[in-house]
Amino acid sequence: MNALVKQHLIDPEICIRCYTCEEHCPVDAITHDDNNVVVDVSKCNFCMDCISPCPTGSIDNWRIVATPYTLEEQFEWMELPAQEDGLEAGTDGGGSLEALEDEVGALLARAHEGTGGKPIAPASASKPSVNLFNRAKPARAVVQGNFRLTDAAAENDVRHIILSLGDQVFPVLEGQSVGVVVPGTDDAGKPHQPRLYSISSARDGEKPNANNIALTVKREPGGLASNYLCDLEKGAEIEITGPFGGTFLMPNDPAANIIMICTGTGSAPFRAFTERRRRTSPNASGRMHLYFGARRPEELPYFGPLKKVPESLLHQELCFSRVDGAAKEYVQDRMRKRADQLVPLLNDGNTHIFICGLKGMETGVDEALSDVCRGAGLDWASLKPLMRQSGRYHVETY
Amino acid sequence: MADLVNVDYNTSIPNNVNLADDRRVLKALEKWHPGYLNWWNNMGPDGFQESLVYLRTAVSVDPKGWAKFGYVKMPEYRWGVLLAPQEEGRTIPCGEHAGQPAWQEVPGEYRALLRRLIVIQGDTEPASVEQQRHLGKTAPSLYDMRNLFQVNVEEGRHLWAMVYLLQKYFGADGREEADQLLYRQSGNEDHPRMLGAFNEATPDWLSFFMFTYFTDRDGKMQLEALAQSGFDPLSRTCRFMLTEEAHHMFVGETGVGRTIQRTCEVMKESGITDPYDVNRIRALGVIDLPTIQKKANMHYSLSLDLFGSEISTNAANAFHAGIKGRYKESKLEDDHKLDNDTYPVLRLIDGKVVVSNEPALSAINMRLRDDYVKDAAGGVNRWNNILKKEGIDFEITLPHVAFHRHQGEFSAIHADPEGNLISADEWAKRRDDWLPSKADGDFMDSLMKPQWEPGKYAGWISPPKVGIDNKPGDFEYVKIAGAALNS
Repeated sequence: MNALVKQHLIDPEICIRCYTCEEHCPVDAITHDDNNVVVDVSKCNFCMDCISPCPTGSIDNWRIVATPYTLEEQFEWMELPAQEDGLEAGTDGGGSLEALEDEVGALLARAHEGTGGKPIAPASASKPSVNLFNRAKPARAVVQGNFRLTDAAAENDVRHIILSLGDQVFPVLEGQSVGVVVPGTDDAGKPHQPRLYSISSARDGEKPNANNIALTVKREPGGLASNYLCDLEKGAEIEITGPFGGTFLMPNDPAANIIMICTGTGSAPFRAFTERRRRTSPNASGRMHLYFGARRPEELPYFGPLKKVPESLLHQELCFSRVDGAAKEYVQDRMRKRADQLVPLLNDGNTHIFICGLKGMETGVDEALSDVCRGAGLDWASLKPLMRQSGRYHVETY
Repeated sequence: MADLVNVDYNTSIPNNVNLADDRRVLKALEKWHPGYLNWWNNMGPDGFQESLVYLRTAVSVDPKGWAKFGYVKMPEYRWGVLLAPQEEGRTIPCGEHAGQPAWQEVPGEYRALLRRLIVIQGDTEPASVEQQRHLGKTAPSLYDMRNLFQVNVEEGRHLWAMVYLLQKYFGADGREEADQLLYRQSGNEDHPRMLGAFNEATPDWLSFFMFTYFTDRDGKMQLEALAQSGFDPLSRTCRFMLTEEAHHMFVGETGVGRTIQRTCEVMKESGITDPYDVNRIRALGVIDLPTIQKKANMHYSLSLDLFGSEISTNAANAFHAGIKGRYKESKLEDDHKLDNDTYPVLRLIDGKVVVSNEPALSAINMRLRDDYVKDAAGGVNRWNNILKKEGIDFEITLPHVAFHRHQGEFSAIHADPEGNLISADEWAKRRDDWLPSKADGDFMDSLMKPQWEPGKYAGWISPPKVGIDNKPGDFEYVKIAGAALNS
C-alpha cells in the first residue's frame, strides 16, 4: 500500500466557479473545465495562498487518501467524496487530525491522555495544517538564534531557539508542535525517533512575516534531542517534521477566556498564545490567565520578558516551589487561593482551559479544579467532560 | 523604497500606493473623507452603525493578507486604496496601441473617455449600498446580515478605488466628479444614480440575492473588461476589486440556492410534489419556485440592460483606444484589434429576431454580454442540481435576451421568456405570469421577518453548508447593539 497522502480538494457543491483560487495559485496547481475547479495533487505545495481569497470556503477541503484523486476524476464530481473510512476518521469535524505518521500520532495521543476523552479543537480555532513534512521529506531549518532563558547561575538550562524556514511553506498555529530529527542512528542501527517540541512563537512568525518559528527547549541530562538542540549554533541546519497537532490549538475568538496552566517548558505554547493575542486583538474582551510554576524565578523561562507583559493582556500567577525562606507553592496551590477569580471564568461558556507541562502536574491541577468548583457549588467531574466536548479543555503533558 | 504589497495604515487612509509621499492626492482624499463618512452614516446600512460585524479587511494585496477577519463597527471599517501589484513590462492588450507599454498616466486624447468610464463604474458602487440600506432589519440570520454588510463595506471600498483614480489623475474635474458620486442618490428624483437598475430599492432578501447574483455579475464583467485596460492604474485597481467581487457572487448564488433548498425540503416534508401548488407552498412559509423564477427573470433582464446597446460606437472606441478590453482579453488568441472581424449579434430586423454578423468592433458590448450570459448560466445549473437532488420536478431557466428589455435592440418590442414577439396587450395580460406582481411582493413582505438569534435561520432559507472563515454554525456574526433593536 502507498503511503497515505493528505490531498487538497475543492467541494463542487459549494464552489461558485469564480476562479479566484486559480488566479492566485503561485504554482498553477489549480485548473478548471466547464464543470469543476480542481487541484492537482502533484503540484499543490500547501502554501495556502488560495485559502483566504476563496469567498466560499469550498477550497478548504482535505482528504487522507492512499491513492490520490486524479484531475479527471475530480472533473466528473457532482459532490465531494466522503473521507474514506479506516484511513483517518478524524479529518472532518473540528480538524482533529493530529498527525499522519503513526509514531507521532501515538506520542500526541499519550500527551493528550489527561484530557479524559477524545480531544476536540476549540470551535474558533483555525484549521491546522498537519504533517506537511515527514521523515522521508523533512523541512530544512536554519538556526537564527539560540539563547539561554534561565539565569546563568541556575542549574537548569532552558533555551529559546529560533529556526528560519527560508522559502519553505510551513504554516503553524499556536499550540502545534514540530518533530526534531536527530541525525544518526541508535544502538540498533535505526534512525532516531523524532522528538516533539511545542512551537513558542505565533503563527505569523517569531518575527512577523519572517517565516520563522521559536522552540523552548530544556537541556535534559543525557537527553539526545535536547542536547542536540541546545548545542546548536547560529547558522546550523537541522531537519524538522510536522507541523503536528490538531486539537491543542488557540481559540481565535477574541471573546474567548483562556486559562493556561503550565510548568517549565510547558509554557511554550502559552507564549505563542499570548503573542498571538497581543498582535491581533490586544483589547480583546476575553481574558487570559497564566498559572506558571517553577522552582525559582531564575529558573522560570521567559521570567524577564513576562514582567513586561501588561496585566490588561495577561493576568499572571507565577509560583515557586524552592525559594529559600518561603513556603513551597505549586500551581495547584495558587489556583485554590485564586478561586474567586477562577469561579466566574469556569461559569463562563467562553472559557478554555489549557494544561501543559510534565505528566506529574495533572493530578494536582485536576484536584485543585475540583476543589475550586466544589467551593462554588460546581461539579468539576461533570463540567470537565462538557468543556472537553465543546473544545474548551485541553491537556498536553509529557 | 515604498512597500507596494502591504497596506500602509500610518496615513489616515490605508493604502498601498504610497500616499504618504503623494501629499497632493492624500490631501484631496482627506478632504473627501468626511463627506464619505457622512454619506455612509446617512445612506449606509440603516440601524446597524453601532453593531460589531465580523468582517474581512485587507492588510495586504497578496493572498496571505487580503482577508483578515475580525469584529469591527462599520463606520470604523478601514476603507482604503488598494491596487494589485504592478506587472513588470505590461503592455496595452488591445486596440490600435496593442503591444505598446501600458500607460502609467492618462493619455491626453482619451482623457474624457476614461473619466466617463470611471465615473459610471464609481456611481454603481455607492448606489447598491443605498439600495440595500433597509435590508439589515429583516435579515433572515446573523450570517446573512454579516454577508450583506460585507458586500456593503466592499462596495464602499470600490467607491474609494474609483475616487482615488479621479483624484489622482483628473485634477479639478476629478475632484468635482468625486463629490458628485456622493451627491447623487439611488432613487432620488432630482439627482438619481446614473444607471436605471441602480435607482430601484431592493425590496426583500430574495431580490438582494438575485441582485448580487445577476446585477453584481454585470459589475464583475465590467471590472473584468476594465482590468484589461491599457491604463495601468485602472487595470490594477479593477484586478484587486475582482477578488472582492467574488464574495458578492457567492452571496447571490448561495442565497438563491439556499432558498431553493429550503423550499424543496418543506415541499417534501409536506408531501407536495407540484411546484405550481403555490398557495399551499406559500402557506408553509417558504417561497414557491415559480416566484423564484419570476425574480430571476426580473433581475436577469434588468442586468442585461446594463451592458448597453448591442451595437455601440462608444464601446468600439473604448476598445480601439485600448481603454477597455474584452473578457480575459490577454488570454484570447486573435490580433486584439478586430479591425476586419465580425461577431454574431442577435438583432431585431424587419420585426424578427435574427442573428446578424456585425463588425466585431461595434459588437464589443454584445460580446461581453454573451460572456456574462455564459457565466450566469453556470450558477443556474447548480441551482437546478439542487432541485434534481431533492427530486423536485422544476427547472430554473434564464429568459430569452429579448424578454423585458429597456435598452438596445429589443427595447421597443415585447417578447415572452422564450423570445417570441408578442403584442403590448398580450404582454399586459401575461406580465404577472413572468415577473413579480404586486401580490408576489406582498407575500415576500410577509416573509421578511428578522431572525437574529445566533445559529438560527428564517423559515424560508436553509443554513449555509460552511460558515464564513470556517466559523461554527452558531457563531455570532453580528453583535447587534441596543440602538439597532430600538430604531
